[in-house]
Amino acid sequence: MSATDVQSAADVVPRGRSGPSPDGVAARPARPARRRRSPAEWVRRGGLSTVVLALPLLVIFGVFSWLPIGRAVVMSFQETNLLTAHWVGLDNFRAVLADPLLPVAVRNTAWFALLALVFGYPVPLVGAVLMSTLRRMRGLFSVLAYLPVVVPPVVAVLLWKFFYDPRPEGVFNEILGWVGLGPFPWLQDQTAAMPSLVLEATWAAAGGTVIIYLAALTSVPPELYDAAEVDGASIWGKIRHVTLPHLRGVLLITFILQIIGTAQVFLEPYLFTGGGPANATVTVLLLIYRYAFGQSLGSDYGMATALSLMLAVFLALLSIAWFRLTRNWSTS
Amino acid sequence: MTALTTARADRPRRADRPCRAVDEEPRGLVSPADWRRPIVWLGLRAGHAVLLALLLVWGIGPILLLAKFAVTPTQDILRTPLAVFPNGITWANLDAAWNDVEVSRYLLNTVWVAAGAWVSQVVVAATGGYVLSVLRPRWGRLLHAAVLATLFVPAVVLLVPLYLTVLDPPVGGSMINTFWGVWLPAGASAFNVVLVTRFFDSLPREVFEAAAVDGAGPFRMFWSVVLPMSRPILGVVSVFAVIAAWKDFLWPLLVLPDPDLQPLSVRLPTLQGSTDKGVLMAALAISTVIPIAVFLAFQRLFLRGAGLGGAVKG
Repeated sequence: MSATDVQSAADVVPRGRSGPSPDGVAARPARPARRRRSPAEWVRRGGLSTVVLALPLLVIFGVFSWLPIGRAVVMSFQETNLLTAHWVGLDNFRAVLADPLLPVAVRNTAWFALLALVFGYPVPLVGAVLMSTLRRMRGLFSVLAYLPVVVPPVVAVLLWKFFYDPRPEGVFNEILGWVGLGPFPWLQDQTAAMPSLVLEATWAAAGGTVIIYLAALTSVPPELYDAAEVDGASIWGKIRHVTLPHLRGVLLITFILQIIGTAQVFLEPYLFTGGGPANATVTVLLLIYRYAFGQSLGSDYGMATALSLMLAVFLALLSIAWFRLTRNWSTS
Repeated sequence: MTALTTARADRPRRADRPCRAVDEEPRGLVSPADWRRPIVWLGLRAGHAVLLALLLVWGIGPILLLAKFAVTPTQDILRTPLAVFPNGITWANLDAAWNDVEVSRYLLNTVWVAAGAWVSQVVVAATGGYVLSVLRPRWGRLLHAAVLATLFVPAVVLLVPLYLTVLDPPVGGSMINTFWGVWLPAGASAFNVVLVTRFFDSLPREVFEAAAVDGAGPFRMFWSVVLPMSRPILGVVSVFAVIAAWKDFLWPLLVLPDPDLQPLSVRLPTLQGSTDKGVLMAALAISTVIPIAVFLAFQRLFLRGAGLGGAVKG
């Protein structure tokens, strides 16, 4: 192997992240003139192979991620059917805002998100902290908690739909009947429908949250607990002053992620109730689906993308506000 | 950003803490001294017992009920859903679901959808992570930023424009009613690329330099050095990919309007109106068996992956 071979081979592994690139990230390998490299040299140094290896990512993300994101912005200002598109300015946004169903959908989605927080945020935390004190069988507990997460969501919804059978013989009504409660109408009642959806959604998702908390809990350095111990802290003291501050980051993130997730809830209202009874479970995403693919209204892709953009912008603003707000919360 | 630290933290720690073998008690929130106090011991044991009981009801209860329904005559399911086989077991539900309702065919579609989505995600994530983390071309940072940016775009924004893209892609014909329409968009997962890139970042660079000195080109290094080393992270990506494809409902519903191509999750809701309860329950049970079996077989991978999910998002 000659010296130049070694040289070029070593070049295959380029410099580190902070490596010299004075002309910035915008520099293209296709413009070798700047560095006075001939295209042949660029190829020999592995530039071409790098591009080839990046091709799957470039093509797939280009066509199925970057292009549609750009298209979403454009489409929201257009009247589109598949063949033609013409600009209509803000008409799509106006049409969405004038839809009498929009306030209903927004209220329902907010209600779903709030209920999901109440049901699904504190309980996994308590469970995870308790599980972290296990000396044996932690694996068994984790598996049990996570099992509902691997049940396909469609199966879970259809199964729970049967559990919510409003007859006295229905599964939940019979169980509650043992302690003298019910029967409840569950999904067929305007006020009970949404909490019923949330209960199922919590069942399907809580296991994932538990595992995330548990991973964060096991990363707490045991020295901190030892130090607290030396200072005479009780178990509660250790939870308050060591565990919770250490979980702070994860807790703040899961909070906003859960809101972002529940704001896009679709499967539960679509399969459980179809938005009923009396529009009590119409969510924003269900509305978007109806605009774009619902038969009754016909396809209005412009309105659908306009509403999805509004939802996305709202979620982005909410996240920014959340991080601004929580950045200054003290860790102690 | 504690990407992979939580996952790998236990490995080195176990090695440099031989004391664990000696006092046996893992140190943590509750210290050995705490454990020796009767109140703490009783309280925690009671807490654990209650938690275990709740988890059994929560985690296994509904699944066991589903399994029971699958082999219970429809009349019993409707009249006495909680009674344990008042009129015996029937296999007719499973038989009818598998053969008459053709769950077998839709299950095959699901397997096919999941397999293709798996291939596309692993290929994109592995090659992309390799370029971004190991090769690091000058335009890599721009690419990295562009991939990361898509993490912040909620899925809802993509729904309609992605549908129209699949309907009329920039090259080639419509992908509606072809599996490509499900497979290819699945590959555009920024989450996977981030996971793999972070993992490659944590590998010792000396290995790549040594391989380069030995004359390995980019492809050779990818195939013979990087891929063998990345098995743990590709396992996590694979598990995520397969389970996500198995669970997906809305996207295959839109892209595969032809019932002959639809995966099981899309077909099940249409069954609920037309088939009787026992057969529907058997169909639900069949579509749950495989993910649960995969989960039990690869629990470690799943649980580590789920923990990682939180860490990366954080």
